[in-house]
Amino acid sequence: MAVPVAFFAVFFAYPVAAIVARGLKDGGTWHLGRIGEVLAQSDVRQVLWFTTWQALVSTVLTLLIALPGACVLARFDFPGKQVLRAVVTVPFVLPTVVVGTAFMALVGRGGLLDELWGVRLDTTVWAILLAHVFFNYAVVVRTVGGLWAQLDPRQEEAARMLGASRFAAWRTVTLPALAPAVAAAALMVFLFTFTSFGVVQILGGPTFSTLEVEIYRQTSEIFDLSTAAVLTMIQFVAVGTILALHAWTVRRRETALRLVDASVTARRPRGAGQWALLGGVVATVALLLLLPLAVLVERSFADAGLGYYRALTREDGGVFLVPPIEAVGNSLQYAVAATALAVVIGGLASVALTRRDAGRLVRGFDALLMLPLGVSAVTVGFGFLIALDEPPLDLRASWILVPLAQALVGVPFVVRTMLPVLRAVDVRLREAAAVLGASPWRAWREVDLPMVRRALLIAAGFAFAVSLGEFGATVFIARPDNPTLPVAVARLLGRPGDLNYGQAMALSTILMIVCAVALLVLERLRTDRTGEF
Amino acid sequence: MLLSLEGATVRFGERAVLDAVDLEVAEHETVCVLGPSGSGKSTLLRAVAGLQPLDSGRIVLDGRDQAGVPAHKRGVGLMFQDHQLFPQRDVAGNVAFGLRMRGAPRGERTERVEELLELVGLPGAAGRAVAALSGGEQQRVALARALAPSPRLLMLDEPLGQLDRSLRERLVVELRELFGRLGTTVLAVTHDQGEAFALADRVVVMRDGRIAQSGTPLQVWQRPADAFVARFLGFENVVEATVGDAVAVTPWGKVPVPEDTPRGTRTLLVRPAGVRLVPADAGLRCTVAARTFRGTHVAVHLQPEDAPRLEAACALRAAPEVGDEVGVEFDVAETAVLG
Repeated sequence: MAVPVAFFAVFFAYPVAAIVARGLKDGGTWHLGRIGEVLAQSDVRQVLWFTTWQALVSTVLTLLIALPGACVLARFDFPGKQVLRAVVTVPFVLPTVVVGTAFMALVGRGGLLDELWGVRLDTTVWAILLAHVFFNYAVVVRTVGGLWAQLDPRQEEAARMLGASRFAAWRTVTLPALAPAVAAAALMVFLFTFTSFGVVQILGGPTFSTLEVEIYRQTSEIFDLSTAAVLTMIQFVAVGTILALHAWTVRRRETALRLVDASVTARRPRGAGQWALLGGVVATVALLLLLPLAVLVERSFADAGLGYYRALTREDGGVFLVPPIEAVGNSLQYAVAATALAVVIGGLASVALTRRDAGRLVRGFDALLMLPLGVSAVTVGFGFLIALDEPPLDLRASWILVPLAQALVGVPFVVRTMLPVLRAVDVRLREAAAVLGASPWRAWREVDLPMVRRALLIAAGFAFAVSLGEFGATVFIARPDNPTLPVAVARLLGRPGDLNYGQAMALSTILMIVCAVALLVLERLRTDRTGEF
Repeated sequence: MLLSLEGATVRFGERAVLDAVDLEVAEHETVCVLGPSGSGKSTLLRAVAGLQPLDSGRIVLDGRDQAGVPAHKRGVGLMFQDHQLFPQRDVAGNVAFGLRMRGAPRGERTERVEELLELVGLPGAAGRAVAALSGGEQQRVALARALAPSPRLLMLDEPLGQLDRSLRERLVVELRELFGRLGTTVLAVTHDQGEAFALADRVVVMRDGRIAQSGTPLQVWQRPADAFVARFLGFENVVEATVGDAVAVTPWGKVPVPEDTPRGTRTLLVRPAGVRLVPADAGLRCTVAARTFRGTHVAVHLQPEDAPRLEAACALRAAPEVGDEVGVEFDVAETAVLG
């Protein structure tokens, strides 16, 4: 318990405190009026307004498009279901930068739609909204569909026997049971889109800017650190509120529901209506999820086959001090270190949280662990930037800074994956081992470990994928001569010229493939009940 | 005494789940704790096993106070209610677990596993997955696992609770034989009186964390300590009575009691066999309210005019129909004054 607490104190609480101090303290005195001053600026108010409404619209769109998908995956049994499930999940672990570039290739200047019909969406908000739907489709399908698949269909049958029509039975029995899950998913999507960074940074151009992007601009372009700090605090409060709401809906979710094994609830579709629903979902997935990625890959080969890929290996001296391809090596190294950190910290925290004598304080820590997930990567990166670059803790020159930040973002995933599995281990199994002469540590090794080994691997895979794709925090602290893949992609995109553009596509494709492989390995390992993501 | 509890008390919040319990178990004795759910009997086992710390009192095993001795060092065996077999190990892995914890060499473990599986009637099951076992087989593996390290005290929590009736009756006999042969000291808890009476040398009835009665199965069956114990054992005919000279005055009229019964206000039990049916014009007049077939006899529920219902045990052929009017007389050999 002490290790995770210390880790969070030093690498999360301390940077956050530094942000607050930077924003509100001037020459040793506190200026709470700074908040009002910043809020009074019209461009800040505009950013706040845009952040909120785009998140709302993204959430509603995602729900509308993804709920049929959740239904199909939960209730229907059809050939290729496993493939569809995997395809649907891929976007969630794809780095935001890849999503950004993929939509750029689809709807941007010289993109597929531009070539075919002269349609460009990259100057409109639609590109951002579509990318958000793409990204969060899996959140809704996993959260709502996961519960839907476990709802006992006989409940609906009971309603039918009492005279309810098919739709009335769904509306009065299934929908109320799903409502808390839908609310939880909606809040999660709202949170992710509210704190959207990579997607907006790439697709938003100069017109559209969320809080996250604005914090980054204030820091790296305008160098107004105190305004950035105040914006971070505003974001912090907003995210805290959303997380609290989410925790509340999740607590209500599992009350008094009859859950059954998901494998027995699916049926083959019957009748034209159900086949049409299935067809519609497959078409949506193909158009919305697969097409952008396919276009991305196609664009990366546009220049004489491997031209862009070959260019990646050359030192160009402009954007980078090293050949961009070295970013692959950097990313992998950082990801390995970050994964190790996240698994150790998250694992220890999970074990501490499952102890039966865990007090209220420890359980409060559970919620605290989730904070970095929602508080957004940019906060973490910005906090590291201003807190850990001077004594007492000067890590600016150390390579460990990037893995540390990525681990902080990865720990919540590890905890979310490990906790349900650890909690599912019957304490009496441990007691049985104790009565047979196993010491507590031996009992953990003999009873818990064999059961959580798989979850541990999955958690490690998640942490790995998260840190590979991590952009928001890394972009603040990665050193120019050691860029990670997402940072390199963003930098290439930030420069004019077809060659840079093509290289960005190529590098993005590489990143996508690495992440997809990591995910497919995960899919093989995971069972339906493992973890909440 | 192998095991003695002295004033053992466990509180969950305000409620005392074990309330100053004193209990002794001698070597080679089989003691069965009997009580309804929530009476604290499982907590008693957990306290002895070291899984539940005492709030006050002591537990002494083999003359040594167990305060501060963790569960894995107490050298007692516990068979859990739902077995708690380790799902990721096969049968042999489960049975050998305790031996491994004691550092027994591999050869010895294999030998002992075979020996125990033979003993519990599952020879050759060593390689099977525990998930593939039936309830009765799981029960046997759990028993073998608990016996393998030769614990000085074996504790069983509702040992046969989840099994169907015929299997339960067969296993109870097997267990009794087995414990007799091995000389194992056993402390079992159950809510099933049939199981307790069949298994135990001595029965301890618990109520609300306290011991209500302790004695041989015969003693407990013949003279329940109070109305609670009597009702828990399934006796319905329990009333307050004023005992006079070899006769007790009850709502059912005068009931003969043994000569040496102390006088005063007492609780009286009439066992169903002691309720004799006579023609309606003799004895206490009752209407037959219900009858249930019990295999060897028929339980007849009788409603007197102004008194609580009576249960009578009748031979199959002699049993009256529902609605019949009968008279009732009482047999002194089947009455007992409680306490």
